[in-house]
Amino acid sequence: MEKPKIATASLAGCFGCHMSLLDIDDRILKLIELVQFDKSPVDDIKNFTGRCAIGLIEGGCCNEENVHVLKEFRKHCDILVSVGECAIMGGLPALRNGIPLKECLETGYIHGTGVYNPSGKIPNSEDIPLLLNKVYPCHEIVKIDYFLPGCPPPADTIWEACVALLTNKPLDLPYELVKYD
Amino acid sequence: MSETITFTIDGVEVKGKAGQTIMQAADGAGIYIPRLCYLEGCEPFASCRVCTVIVNGRPQAACTQPIAPGIVVENNTPEVTQIRKDIIEMMFVEGNHFCPVCDKSGNCELQAIAYRLGILVPKFPYLFPVRELDASHPYIFIDQNRCILCGRCVQASRDIDGKHVFDFVGRGPEKKIRVNAAARLADTDLDITDKACDVCPVGAILKKGVGYAVPIGQRLYDKQPIGSDIEANANK
Repeated sequence: MEKPKIATASLAGCFGCHMSLLDIDDRILKLIELVQFDKSPVDDIKNFTGRCAIGLIEGGCCNEENVHVLKEFRKHCDILVSVGECAIMGGLPALRNGIPLKECLETGYIHGTGVYNPSGKIPNSEDIPLLLNKVYPCHEIVKIDYFLPGCPPPADTIWEACVALLTNKPLDLPYELVKYD
Repeated sequence: MSETITFTIDGVEVKGKAGQTIMQAADGAGIYIPRLCYLEGCEPFASCRVCTVIVNGRPQAACTQPIAPGIVVENNTPEVTQIRKDIIEMMFVEGNHFCPVCDKSGNCELQAIAYRLGILVPKFPYLFPVRELDASHPYIFIDQNRCILCGRCVQASRDIDGKHVFDFVGRGPEKKIRVNAAARLADTDLDITDKACDVCPVGAILKKGVGYAVPIGQRLYDKQPIGSDIEANANK
């Protein structure tokens, strides 16, 4: 039987959740026995090669590309998991949600301390994904099946969740493993 | 006044003294009822509703409802837990609670109750309101983004410190904490030694210069759920 596939993505995140996934240490060898990685920064596969059992999403949606990737994940994955505070509630990127987008961009590219930008223009190439008006939690864009809080979620949390999903067993995480920071 | 009153919480017989509230009697019996606005030493005013229990079929606030002989109290049941979860989740979405960057994280009662109730994500959409931060005071700051309007600072400042530095203004979604000065916290007579600076259950009123003083793993609610101290009384 072919191994189930797992895909991962970092949207508006810092890759910290992926680092935490790698923090499962030598259990990653066991994980590879259980699954095959599909589209993911871990193996650098850019496009889905087929149906995936699990999609792990790090980060919320701050631009149109994030939304596109998230929708692709929803289309290709049986189970989609929001991993970490950014995916769950926007996280640090969502600190900008109370500030108008124009003001954010002007501070970042024109008036901000230490900004050197002689053109005085805000980059606007069509190759750069358009920013959204605010940062959205993933479950406000597509249906998300499970949530693993943490910044990042501990490696044990991610490990236990993946194993439970792959072996079709209920997940009962101990108190210490569910934290919002 | 020492008349003993017997009633039940979740089918367990509890004895309390006449004049006690359900919360006081439960605390004495080692049964934890979650609470956020309740402040020991001040008159309870049932503002946060997190201590909601069902008494003889009706929801009541355990911090204000007096005990009576034979009442049947439901505390740790799926129905009551769901009510509390809904209240806590509403608090999370109506403010800006960025736990990873809050000094209070790990010692925060809102967060701790959410952990205890097993909340992974609020079911309501996030509002991301625009709120103010007042860091004008040399030793204290107040960040309205994290305020849950529990009123503990109002009570502590008025009833314990005798200063009345804080109070509520506005109603409904417009309700907020304001300081007793034209504009800034710095213009009030708030002192760092005031009780009002120590009672905030969340990270809305914090002392400057403390930051992340306690490492992760050693903070108040890292290993033990909130209420464990009360539950430790159960067999005494």
